[in-house]
Amino acid sequence: MKPSLTVKGIQNGLLITLPAGEWLNVTDQLMETVAAQDDFFRGARLAIQVEDRALGAAELGSLRSALAEHEVTLWAIISTSETTQSAAADLGLSRDLEIRRAEDDDIPADTQLPGEEAVLLQRTLRSGHSVRHPGHVVVIGDVNPGAEIIAGGHIVVWGRLRGVVHAGAAGDESSMVCALDLAPTQLRIAGHITVSPSRRGKPKPERAFIRDDQLIAEPWQAGHK
Amino acid sequence: MSAKIVTITSGKGGVGKTTATANIGVGLASTGERVVCIDADIGLRNLDVIMGLENRIVYDFVDVVEGRCKLRQAMIRDKRLDTLFLIPAAQTRDKTAVSPQDMVRLTNELRQEYDWVLIDSPAGIERGFRNAIAPADQVLIITNPEVSAVRDADRIIGLIEAEEKGPGKLILNRVKPEMVRRGDMLGTEDVLDVLAIELIGIVPEDESVIVATNQGIPVAMEPNSKAGRAFHDIARRLKGEDVPFADLGGGDGFFGRISRMMRAGGES
Repeated sequence: MKPSLTVKGIQNGLLITLPAGEWLNVTDQLMETVAAQDDFFRGARLAIQVEDRALGAAELGSLRSALAEHEVTLWAIISTSETTQSAAADLGLSRDLEIRRAEDDDIPADTQLPGEEAVLLQRTLRSGHSVRHPGHVVVIGDVNPGAEIIAGGHIVVWGRLRGVVHAGAAGDESSMVCALDLAPTQLRIAGHITVSPSRRGKPKPERAFIRDDQLIAEPWQAGHK
Repeated sequence: MSAKIVTITSGKGGVGKTTATANIGVGLASTGERVVCIDADIGLRNLDVIMGLENRIVYDFVDVVEGRCKLRQAMIRDKRLDTLFLIPAAQTRDKTAVSPQDMVRLTNELRQEYDWVLIDSPAGIERGFRNAIAPADQVLIITNPEVSAVRDADRIIGLIEAEEKGPGKLILNRVKPEMVRRGDMLGTEDVLDVLAIELIGIVPEDESVIVATNQGIPVAMEPNSKAGRAFHDIARRLKGEDVPFADLGGGDGFFGRISRMMRAGGES
């Protein structure tokens, strides 16, 4: 079995860590992953961790073009190799995950919290509607049976969730699904999958996540974390 | 004078689109309104049978579209109501014989002389459905209190919203109050809970509908039919009258819940 690459949702897009191995092989593997999950990656911004590989502008440039064909933007290359770092700089790619701020930015750090990439939908998702986003997805409204949401990160529904949802679709097991009434047709987080148990009693806000390799749902209670 | 164009659609087949079209047409025409019913289910026409006008067809809608006759020549006047007309579908063609632009063009011709144009949509979400909703000023979505029909209605409402034809209004057909009371059938509240659109009519299950359909007499012409009365109520609500929802005999709770739903959902 090939060592797998990992995909994680981060503040500015997706962080991909490539496995060890020949550069051409691992980039092929990356392109296969992107092609196989075309819907998910389309429009995504990637940061790629290449460890200590020494790569030239030609290699990085061709990777960027290959990704662009799938409408994927390469914006950062993280490496400890100086050769790679200067090649990335030549191509105008970022070399770390920081968001650059203006020099004279004097707003106290503790009152400005960085956000994460998400979409907000303020409507009812009806049967046949489909939402795909590499970041988080927030819905204010109901998600009816027959609708689906596929997100790279968390899924939050301020309303009744009765369709199919997949949080952490690229494999991020820290993703959660929260809803005021959590009764999805099917709920997936990363590689885990479950169906809703039949309802007992009144609907209450719940949160589904992975703990000890198990997908569990817990009612929301003030004060719990 | 400008006619209002109303399309009756459902997504799922067999829930009562054609029956509703014929009966709402009868309901409107019996108050003196001038009504044209168009059967947009090309290749599977039914509306002529339900209205009992099958044997009078000479030209059909596709003949008009393709210029073989004038619109007026394809219109069949009802036997009993002289302000009710039918434009039948072609039986030997398919949906691709008509385009959404044709529908808009021909219904615009009717706007001048009539008060209402009712379009009976085919089942499904393909070309025939697109044709039927293209000219609509208002869309009525009809469903049965069954999970699969409600699911399809939900899909249709989403498509209608995408076409910017407004949220549409809901007709709940073939309700059995007795079964709802026992908890064996989805109630009005359950259906509105999912679909979240305004209700315009609740039609009870009624054997006289089947009898009437087989005889080619729309049930709304039958004075003692519960379903017929429900269709008359829908026609009056379309005209903007405030008609309370009839108690279908499901007990106080049932009636109370419906009127509550109306107050909650009616402001849109």
